[in-house]
Amino acid sequence: MTEPIVNDLTIQAATVNGSGSQTANLVLTRAIFKMGVPVAPKNVFPSNIEGLPTWYQLRVTPEGYMARSDRVDILVAFNAATWRDDLGTVRPGGVVIHEESYSTADARTDVTYYAVPFSKLAKSKIPNETLRKQLANMIYVGVVAGVLSIPWEAIEHGVKRQFLSKPKAVQVNLDAVKVGLDYWQDNFSKQDPYRLEPMTGVVEGKALVEGNQAAALGALMGGVTVAAWYPITPSSSLCEYLIAYSDRFRTDAKTGEKRIAVVQAEDELAAVGMAIGASWAGARAMTSTSGPGISLMAEFAGLAYYAEVPVVIFDIQRIGPSTGLPTRTSQGDISFAYTISHGDTKHLVLLPGTVEECYEFGRDAFDYADRFQTAVFVLSDLDLGMNLWMTPSFSYPDKPFDRGKVLSKADLEKLGGEWGRYQDVDGDGITYRTLPGTDHPSAGYFTRGSGHDEHARYTERADAYARNMDRLSKKFETARKALPAPVTDESAGSAIGLIAFGSTNAAVVEARQTLVEAGRPVDYMRLRALPLSVEVAEFVERHEHVYVVEQNRDGQMFDLIKLALPPDLTGRLRSIRHYDGQPIPAEAITEPLLQSEAVAI
Amino acid sequence: MSATLNRVGLPRDAYKGAATTLCAGCGHNSITNHMIKALYELGIEPHLLAKMSGIGCSSKTPAYFVETAHGFNGVHGRMPSLTTGAQLANRQLIMLGVSGDGDTASIGLGQFMHMIRRNIDCTYIIEDNGTYGLTKGQFSATADLGSVQKKGAVNTFQPIDPCAVALALGCSFVARSFSGDGKQVVPLIKAAIAHRGTAVLDIISPCVTFNDHDGSTKSYSWVKDHEESIADVSFIPFFEEVHVDYEPGTVRDVTLHDGSHILLKKLGEDHDPNDRRAAMHVIEEGRAAGHLVTGLLYVDPDSDDFATTEHIPSTPLKDLAEGQLRLTQDEFAQFMSEFA
Repeated sequence: MTEPIVNDLTIQAATVNGSGSQTANLVLTRAIFKMGVPVAPKNVFPSNIEGLPTWYQLRVTPEGYMARSDRVDILVAFNAATWRDDLGTVRPGGVVIHEESYSTADARTDVTYYAVPFSKLAKSKIPNETLRKQLANMIYVGVVAGVLSIPWEAIEHGVKRQFLSKPKAVQVNLDAVKVGLDYWQDNFSKQDPYRLEPMTGVVEGKALVEGNQAAALGALMGGVTVAAWYPITPSSSLCEYLIAYSDRFRTDAKTGEKRIAVVQAEDELAAVGMAIGASWAGARAMTSTSGPGISLMAEFAGLAYYAEVPVVIFDIQRIGPSTGLPTRTSQGDISFAYTISHGDTKHLVLLPGTVEECYEFGRDAFDYADRFQTAVFVLSDLDLGMNLWMTPSFSYPDKPFDRGKVLSKADLEKLGGEWGRYQDVDGDGITYRTLPGTDHPSAGYFTRGSGHDEHARYTERADAYARNMDRLSKKFETARKALPAPVTDESAGSAIGLIAFGSTNAAVVEARQTLVEAGRPVDYMRLRALPLSVEVAEFVERHEHVYVVEQNRDGQMFDLIKLALPPDLTGRLRSIRHYDGQPIPAEAITEPLLQSEAVAI
Repeated sequence: MSATLNRVGLPRDAYKGAATTLCAGCGHNSITNHMIKALYELGIEPHLLAKMSGIGCSSKTPAYFVETAHGFNGVHGRMPSLTTGAQLANRQLIMLGVSGDGDTASIGLGQFMHMIRRNIDCTYIIEDNGTYGLTKGQFSATADLGSVQKKGAVNTFQPIDPCAVALALGCSFVARSFSGDGKQVVPLIKAAIAHRGTAVLDIISPCVTFNDHDGSTKSYSWVKDHEESIADVSFIPFFEEVHVDYEPGTVRDVTLHDGSHILLKKLGEDHDPNDRRAAMHVIEEGRAAGHLVTGLLYVDPDSDDFATTEHIPSTPLKDLAEGQLRLTQDEFAQFMSEFA
């Protein structure tokens, strides 16, 4: 046998969706995580309820890399329909755990096969007929545990953790795992080099959290009180988590009263309308959607911009155009979200790059919306939103809500009732508003998406229109300085820089390490908001070549950066794009970058 | 001469707004005046009033009454969603929506229907003239089959009747009236405001510029000739006592949840306003006979509005402070530990 390969492997479970395989995959994930071994799961699922192929990739690295990898070390083949294709994805020397009945005639000879009679075992060893199909998946957990030497305590933890709310299910599931483990021990001897060993140093203090869970918690901590949504993958779980968390934390145990309204709207258009109406009336309000949803929200987004109503819009991006691939990831809404709506409209966009930032930005987005009285888009994506990520615990907020410039009754009395809704008193472009219900005769004003002057009166005057638009620009410039600044690491001291954002960060982190090993260390700037910080141009100025990495076809962020640069710097930009719907792997950065730099030399 | 003050100490003038920019003689201007009268007599506190509208001639009118109240002129056909959100943010607000037939029955039909389904606590007034005025006289979806446009084109499509749609969806308050019939419109507006839940009030409001000619079924003369009121409506607010003399069996008394009363004096055949099927029947009969049936068609005074069914507290959600919204430090730490 070759050198053992410890804690550095990728398991790919190829199953049929709707069959209960996701539970088995999660048990495996949690068991390995319990060993102190870093995990990075990626669920590749179809837009379907039951019967189509689905893959779960569980990557394990001692470094704790969280990007997807194209490399498959261990295949669990549980889907006859994709068996031959799946077999082709395994790297030479890899392991194939497969249903015994799948033919291996003329199959590859450079992999190790463990053929297991899963169906027969399920039939003979799982007495519960109604649960048999689901529990059959747990048998492969047992086989994998056997192959990789996962301790039984870790498996027990994984099953218990997975069935926290259904403790009765724990034993039957453990029994099913045991069936697989016993079969492996009784019938096989270890033929492959892969092994998992308990380790320390990376996962301590970390949790496994989905970005949508983090964003829901963030919204709750940010004080959201009205959320309206329309179901759409991959955003639905955000509001579903919000509902679950609200049932627990925002419901009066005695009266049943809720300190939040979560409304499932009739469409995304109504969803954002409800959020804008609620924000106008003074609540912290949000909606959550994905690409097709923000397309429908375009007109309302313009109203929020022009009438200056705060609203938080989560866009969990999926691949487009049109329906696209509803269950595949993308960063394709960048330029659209930034300027969505007709006329001279532009928006504040937050770009969380980790689940921790999904929490922080999900929370702080409400402060930005109130402070700047405008729409704030939080652009996550399917990879970040729906997969589990290792993360440090989130920090408790250290500052109170920033409700922005709101005049109370007392303020109005002090002003003698003299104020203008769209008057730039402070010179920062941000004006004062009042909320409906403010008991002062001069509190009321008329909010409209049509032309208005400083006192919110309808006007078609050219000078008033232009003045207002210029002030809105000024407000945007104020926001540019206040939004989360890029995170920059120039410790490599390299002439090459890399700019990325959002979930691409995971691949960049890994790629930078590979590039160090290849003798091509690179500096890194991670963008966290639009409009772009002035630091971006400074970063480009300090580097000869700057690669903008993103997950869309057209290099949308590349274009935005190019527009923001002085002409003499634009030639330094290079574009690296990944857009097949799968989360970007590190190789998709290192390979084109090394190739380009080789030519450059 | 000192003006008469209402129960909150305000004169009628306090309910006026900016000067109208609509055409002289527009039915909408009459409705604005009815609105001013109703709000003044009800003693609505302007700061608690939220005037909501979409886009179109009708949707401009919230600027023309209660100038000191907050107003929101949103996007075309989407007033219901804005109203829903604002209502949830602050249950103490009195939501008063003004829409038109294009805003409601064409571009906004979906939101109109879903607002009704949810029973949002609001008054929804449709200033219904069967035509697109601002864009110069195209037919709207409420124009009757066979009615004639100013330039002679004949409408070949079935109309959408907002009242029939509302009834079909279980709307808890449905009424129809005519802008020229202040005696009926004013008590209906008051009743709609007092009602808890979505109150739809379809007011035929002739467009003097584009739809007031022969062949139109939304003209002043047509409506005057064809209006058939099902009952005389009067409204007694909760802060006034009911003392009306009437013969037994001639008046129906509907008590709303706030203690106000709607009194309906029989005119022809008796109509039970609590009977939804009867309301449908009355509309269909009128239509078959070529009449415009007006009055309170249906009311369910006991219906629960959306905020009630959603368990939203009466304290406005917008007023909840950090302490009531954020998890405590301990809850947060416990919650985070559950992810490990």
